[in-house]
Amino acid sequence: MPSFSRIRAIAEKEVFHILRDSRTLAIIFLMPLLQLIIFGYAMNMEIRQVPLLVDDLAMNSSSRALVSAFVNTDYFVLIAKEAGTLKPDELFRERRAQATLTIPKDFGAFQHRVLLRIDASDPNSAQMIQNYALGIVNSTGVRTEAGIDLRAQILYNPDLKSSFFFVPGLIALILVMVCALLTSISISREKEMGTMEQILVSPVSATEILFGKVIPYLILGLLDALIILAVGMLLFQVPFRGDFSVFLLFTFLYVLTSLCLGLLVSTVAKTQQAAMMMALGLTLLPTLLLSGYMFPITSMPVILQKLTYIIPARYYLQIIRGIMLKGNNIAQLYQAGLSLLSMSVLMLIVAARRFKLRLS
Amino acid sequence: MNVLKIQELSVRYGPVEALSKVDLEVQPAMVYGIIGPDGAGKTTLLRSICTLLPYQEGSIEVLGYDAANRAKEIRARIGYMPQRFSLYQDLSVQQNLRFFARLFKVNHADMLKRREQLYKFSRLEPFAKRLAGNLSGGMKQKLALSCALIHTPGLIILDEPTFGVDPVSRVEFWQLLHQLKADGISIVVSTPYMDEASQCDQVVLLHKGRMIGQGSPAEIISGWKGKLYSLTSSDLRKLYEFLLSRANKEDLQLFGSEIHLFSEQELSSDKIASWQREFPALESCVEIKPGMEDVFLRMMQ
Repeated sequence: MPSFSRIRAIAEKEVFHILRDSRTLAIIFLMPLLQLIIFGYAMNMEIRQVPLLVDDLAMNSSSRALVSAFVNTDYFVLIAKEAGTLKPDELFRERRAQATLTIPKDFGAFQHRVLLRIDASDPNSAQMIQNYALGIVNSTGVRTEAGIDLRAQILYNPDLKSSFFFVPGLIALILVMVCALLTSISISREKEMGTMEQILVSPVSATEILFGKVIPYLILGLLDALIILAVGMLLFQVPFRGDFSVFLLFTFLYVLTSLCLGLLVSTVAKTQQAAMMMALGLTLLPTLLLSGYMFPITSMPVILQKLTYIIPARYYLQIIRGIMLKGNNIAQLYQAGLSLLSMSVLMLIVAARRFKLRLS
Repeated sequence: MNVLKIQELSVRYGPVEALSKVDLEVQPAMVYGIIGPDGAGKTTLLRSICTLLPYQEGSIEVLGYDAANRAKEIRARIGYMPQRFSLYQDLSVQQNLRFFARLFKVNHADMLKRREQLYKFSRLEPFAKRLAGNLSGGMKQKLALSCALIHTPGLIILDEPTFGVDPVSRVEFWQLLHQLKADGISIVVSTPYMDEASQCDQVVLLHKGRMIGQGSPAEIISGWKGKLYSLTSSDLRKLYEFLLSRANKEDLQLFGSEIHLFSEQELSSDKIASWQREFPALESCVEIKPGMEDVFLRMMQ
């Protein structure tokens, strides 16, 4: 039976370390903020002020309404008419315009077709431009194509703001990185400094050491999540539609999973340096690439899809997007939550078994 | 009853034999010295006693518990001071003591009482709030000793506790050990210093993982067969070269300001006189009593 008082002794000692160690404090608080701000502004995928050439052959009230609908948004800016003498190809090649809109002569009366040409040398931007244009055309109530009433409705993020996409993703990424680093470094530091040898010659058990290490960082991890969330909401105006207690509960599970991953790393790594490399290697790229953060899981090859099941961020991303953007409740998220819980229990058991109470 | 009993202990790291057939017995209230140069296997032996290392052959019994399968009972009952300073440098003296007390489940009232005693004993009280990392070498060792004693163990294992500590603090540290012994605590201590070896009740001399001698310091010294001479000169190096041509290299030892010469028979005064003629810088050549170091160096051969 693990002794609660011993776990408490280790946890409290850990708090003293954290408070005295400016490096750990920097990892905990400064790193997430820096990442959020750098990622936040660098990963801006929104497109604004797209240079648009309008070739209005109708020149009637309908066409003018359509054009002003385009211009009245921040997404498009009209380029000067004289460029109209150039062909679309040349316009695109010289990067004078990224899109052209051609309105046919009888627009509004018989014709409902307009032609939008988009420079798709950057396919992502092209996709965005198309979506924006579609949204604008739909909002004017004009049918895009005679006979087909195509009205795409974009849910949860109608303006396709990229901050809605990256802030939840960054919370997932930063938490797993910081938490895995914290526990793995904390244990490997004791090995490196020789203090592990000292505390091993006592009745302390592996479980007590591991619990004692996890508990303080669990609280710090949650605190970290709150800071990232608050800064994300303040700087990038991300909504929070769900329940805060649901967020706390599931974030707790995710932080626990990440800390247990760090424990597992520490049973392999002998030095702080090795622990740091391993913790980063196991969290940074897998989370970016395989969690569904950057690339949709459904479009991955089957093998990679299977691999995503062992990426904790895969589940948390579902949870955090669900809570922030869709207002999900516990019932809608419990499966992802259970996955996280079983992952952490499993990793904790493996770490406790692998943890050596002897020197090797 | 023996506090510690080791029989035919062998420890291997892969193909390397770190310890080979070591036997020793420690009685209550005894200072037992593990003596040997670096790489002799002292740390391996002490770590095996602390149940930190698995061993391949032989047996270790600590306070009546078998080290092979009762590690937890042993660890709860002994105090250990590793070779490197292994307390938390970013914790204060007081915090370190409190942490180790809690690790050993010493209750708060007992801990306060014990801490009081240890503060008196080590004279660390004025530094209670100082971070362990900011203590001097001697004080660090006293703190480490105090932490090893916080749960009132019957046996403490100290791995080169005075290594790198200034001479005054070394003397002071050994006074503490004698005090502990007087209180009935058994001490197993390793040291590379021969002057410390002679302060132990019993010693085992280790060389390359093997025992080359065992017993009380007096017994070990009395086991010396032959004569020992101390030679001095203003030019010690030249004297050494001179003696090399007259005696075996193994019989000569440079000792700071003198050369010790081992001889199976007594050197005749004629021989000494002839050396003095051949090497006028030879100042004196007198027979002396061997010390631990002489015995040890002799035994290593």
